[in-house]
Amino acid sequence: MTLVRLTGVSKHYGTVRALEGVSLEVHAGQITCVLGDNGAGKSTLIKIIAGLHRHDGGTLDIEGEETVLNSPREALDRGIATVHQDLAVVPLMPVWRNFFLGSEPRTGLLRRLDVDFMRRTTHAELLRMGIDLRDVDQPIGTLSGGERQCVAIARAVYFGAKVLILDEPTAALGVKQSGVVLKYVAAARDRGLGVVLITHNPHHAHLVGDRFVLLRRGTMVGSHTRDEITLDELTSQMAGGSDLESLRHELERG
Amino acid sequence: MSATLDKTHDERILRTSPLRRLLSRPEFGSVVGALAVFLFFAVAADGFLRASSLGTVLYASSTIGIMAVPVALLMIGGEFDLSAGVLVTSSALVSSMFSYQMTADTWVGVGVSLLVTLAVGAANGFVLTRTRLPSFIVTLGTFLMLTGMNLGLTKLIDGTVSTKTIADMEGFPSAHAVFASTLTVGGVDFKITIIWWLALVAIASWILLRTRAGNWIFAVGGNQDAARAVGVPVTRTKIGLYMGVAFGAWISGQHLLFSYDAVQSGEGVGNELIYIIAAVIGGCLITGGHGSAVGSAVGALLFGMTSKGIVFAEWNPDWFKFFLGAMLLLATLLNTWVRKRAEAAA
Ligand SMILES: Nc1ncnc2c1ncn2[C@@H]1O[C@H](COP(=O)(O)OP(=O)(O)O)[C@@H](O)[C@H]1O
Ligand SMILES: [Mg+2]
Repeated sequence: MTLVRLTGVSKHYGTVRALEGVSLEVHAGQITCVLGDNGAGKSTLIKIIAGLHRHDGGTLDIEGEETVLNSPREALDRGIATVHQDLAVVPLMPVWRNFFLGSEPRTGLLRRLDVDFMRRTTHAELLRMGIDLRDVDQPIGTLSGGERQCVAIARAVYFGAKVLILDEPTAALGVKQSGVVLKYVAAARDRGLGVVLITHNPHHAHLVGDRFVLLRRGTMVGSHTRDEITLDELTSQMAGGSDLESLRHELERG
Repeated sequence: MSATLDKTHDERILRTSPLRRLLSRPEFGSVVGALAVFLFFAVAADGFLRASSLGTVLYASSTIGIMAVPVALLMIGGEFDLSAGVLVTSSALVSSMFSYQMTADTWVGVGVSLLVTLAVGAANGFVLTRTRLPSFIVTLGTFLMLTGMNLGLTKLIDGTVSTKTIADMEGFPSAHAVFASTLTVGGVDFKITIIWWLALVAIASWILLRTRAGNWIFAVGGNQDAARAVGVPVTRTKIGLYMGVAFGAWISGQHLLFSYDAVQSGEGVGNELIYIIAAVIGGCLITGGHGSAVGSAVGALLFGMTSKGIVFAEWNPDWFKFFLGAMLLLATLLNTWVRKRAEAAA
């Protein structure tokens, strides 16, 4: 099933053309990878799906219905959860408060926070992803980058997201931690979520991706399914094929 | 709770000791400071330990504390309010002048004042979230405008810089009882503001730690964009925080009015910094996202003990500002150091 479909979407920031004519599909139980260099427009693309920015042209369909998202809340209510690259968590707040932020369960006449439930659930949900936190009260900023990404993924899965968007979850991570995060991305997919994985690492993309969208300077330069493209082709397309060839010549020593 | 967690946890649990928990509380530094100041004046100032002094010190603390509580919440939410000091005076002036000019019941003035004061708070929050200017600029603007209006309107309406007495009006005794009365417990006089103060601390603590709004306050102060992205209503939270400060200003303003029955329109300037200092001494992070209501109360208590302790010690009160500055620096250093250690080891 197509959960999200972008068709010919464009976005301008004032006079900056950040996106032009980009199309992409997100299917349930599949991972759609968006690849591109820094400044290619990857974050802009997902901010449109996440409700942070409105698109200027093209269409956004959610479960077959044309939509304009006006706020992140609307996106969340439609089952789209996003882990942003630059604004994922509130570092000084405890893990359990971050886990439920924006969707806090309440109890009793005075509608107080259900703190016991929140603590217990956070611990249990993270344990299911293989993270055994010694203390859910510790500020989330004290977790490693990989653990933080996993908390965010666990959170989206717990709140019943249908679409999970991850903006460069492995960008700042080492090899081992990247592996852990990719495992959880695959786990989310196996649970039937449609995943959008943003990365500039073709190796990571090819490990888990079902379809690949390549962006360069705001335009779409390629869109492939997994059986259409090999890792080498993906890598060279991503690096800009001929650009890489000329770079090789420049760097060759005589 | 902890019992069930302990079972599922492994040996690493040992690393978060109760001591570390205590150290990472925002108010830890201020409590140490308060103990030190208490001991200091207990030794240095005759009469500081007398029972009657307790009432005096707590009264001084409460007049600051009532405002330090909402100012602390606002600061945890990542903003300042430089208009808080003069807003107290504005609130008293509106109450007094409305009652006097309309020759109504003092309670009508009190009610109108509440509405007007809350509206100013809401306006602060609205302009801030709409324009996205720093709160320093927005509330500095409000501060200047209110300072001018307090004096200008009072002179225009009453002809002098202070309002006419409303002591002979209907409702004055009951309003005085609510906002400015004295309770005697065990031979010691306690002002009712102490009760207002403690109630505000309790309510604010509950909101911060046990409600959804509290979670939102920490979040908008700690990382506004992250909060917005997960669906926290940032604008509503910030406007609410400014209205909280306005509510505190209303209580303080009514106390000012009903304890003296007339108001000096030039008062209040500079107090906004004292509220902020109390909140910072109490462990509020100036950049937002961290702090507590109890801490602001300890900060206010430090303020009260120092201002009265200097009097009891019969020193020149000019030294008060010196002490305040030194305490601010020491408490902030201590807070920063403690937090760093607690976080590094967490
Ligand atoms: N809020 C913004 N205002 C103006 N320009 C922006 C904004 N966000 C991104 N851009 C610009 O849009 C382009 C694409 O940025 P982005 O989507 O963040 O790229 P990526 O995530 O692929 O690195 C860049 O040139 C960037 O400078
Ligand atoms: Mg990006």
